[in-house]
Amino acid sequence: MTLKRAAAITGIGEMKPTRSPDGKSTLGIWTDVARHAVLDAGLSIADIDGLLIGQPITEQAQMWPSILGEYLGVHPRYGNVVDLGGASAAGMVWRAAAAIESGLANAVLCVTGEASDVETFYAPRARRSAQQLPYREFEVPYGPMGVNSGYALIAARHMYEYGTTSRQLAKIAVDQRTNACANPDALFYGKPLTVDDVLASPLVVDPLHLLEIVRPCTGGAALVVVSPQLARESSNPPVWLLGAGESSRGMMLSQMDSITTSPITEAAPKAFAMAGVSHKDIDLISVYDCYTITVLVTLEDAGFCAKGKGGPFVEEHDFTWQGDMPLNTHGGQLSFGQPGLAGGMSHLTEAVRQLQHRASERQVADCEVAFVNGNGGIMSEQVSLVLGIE
Amino acid sequence: MSDIITRYAKPLPEPSAVSAPFWEGLNAGELRLQRCATCSRYVFYPRSVCPHCLSDRLEWQTASGRGRLYSYTIVRRAMNPAFAADVPYVFAIVELKEGPRVTTNLINCAPEYARVDMPVKAAYDSVTSEIALLKFEPE
Repeated sequence: MTLKRAAAITGIGEMKPTRSPDGKSTLGIWTDVARHAVLDAGLSIADIDGLLIGQPITEQAQMWPSILGEYLGVHPRYGNVVDLGGASAAGMVWRAAAAIESGLANAVLCVTGEASDVETFYAPRARRSAQQLPYREFEVPYGPMGVNSGYALIAARHMYEYGTTSRQLAKIAVDQRTNACANPDALFYGKPLTVDDVLASPLVVDPLHLLEIVRPCTGGAALVVVSPQLARESSNPPVWLLGAGESSRGMMLSQMDSITTSPITEAAPKAFAMAGVSHKDIDLISVYDCYTITVLVTLEDAGFCAKGKGGPFVEEHDFTWQGDMPLNTHGGQLSFGQPGLAGGMSHLTEAVRQLQHRASERQVADCEVAFVNGNGGIMSEQVSLVLGIE
Repeated sequence: MSDIITRYAKPLPEPSAVSAPFWEGLNAGELRLQRCATCSRYVFYPRSVCPHCLSDRLEWQTASGRGRLYSYTIVRRAMNPAFAADVPYVFAIVELKEGPRVTTNLINCAPEYARVDMPVKAAYDSVTSEIALLKFEPE
């Protein structure tokens, strides 16, 4: 089965990230971005018959599709929580397309977002009933620093195996910050960075510095995935799903065959093959970047460069919106901010903006095909997508 | 009053029926691993089925307690306040001689002396009267 052109994204809604909730609730944020996405798609709320939602990181509840559906006046014939961590948003797009392809739905609203800040995000979570989960028994007693320490373990091992340097990793953060300086919505807009700035920022979890680590914040994003018929009726240029691949590998790094190679090696080739495009066809790379090392491993595992050569590759290419290889032109989450799972959706909303040629001052010229990757957990859940316009 | 001062405030494992032999081993100063009687591979963490072949014939064996530092990081800020007094400390993965990898801390070693691939040996850290954690120190 292929999902190539089975569905298209026609509308997006996104909140400008803020450092703290400022009185907003997660449900309120979802409502705002969902409303904007539906209106942007040129649809009415009655047209929405599918609802996919990302589990908030700092709030627990059950039956989220019913909670949001009731609030918005959506009566979904297809509803789910997609629980793939940071890969949830990318995972929603192909799930929506599969539901549309199978006739379950015509217009699927995908919603992420979170009312959070650094303090809430890093506060010890209330103990839940699942105390005997393996990671609580065999990892938490040793004092991980959230997932920061996990990505640090990946970076340290990557340096050991391939000679990758902190200077190479820092360059990713710098290019993305240059992009954020062309995006007034980015949390770190107007604050350019140099490699030396990154390396001079405090080490938090060696070898990762503070400016290589994403900042949790408040925000939200939504998008609407519609059937080919609705896509053709849309006033926005439809952004077609051309290819998708997904692969996951568990919770704990200690259980993975290699911590420097991710399941992107399985997800990305599947997405490229379904789309029938190659790397040279990609005009925009929009990939999950909770840490600098995440981007480097993604570029390697998605096949943009050979395994282990990510460091030199980063030095050789200009990832800014005017560069030879535009990457995370919204600033990436490192500079745009990470509002819960909406951080993962920001890579999709940016790809849609670029493909629809409405990225204003940071518009990539002749942008027709984008590669998007969502990453969950500690390089565990991986969803690769290829998106394109006619 | 001394109870309050010495109380161990960090998260503790809650051994299950499946994992109890592992934790009992650590209390006895011994690293015990499951080994699959069907495919003969070692298994960590303790499970009720082998993740390599789904066999339920897992048998406990005493392991060497030796391995190498597969990767490590120096944690310089504590997320959980209970670890605040420990920073900077080494959070690590050790690859055991028997094959499996374990999440752990490197102790009895200044953090700046940690190196990927350095040989290490098990150190049993009795953090409470019931629980010893599996940590590692330079060989």
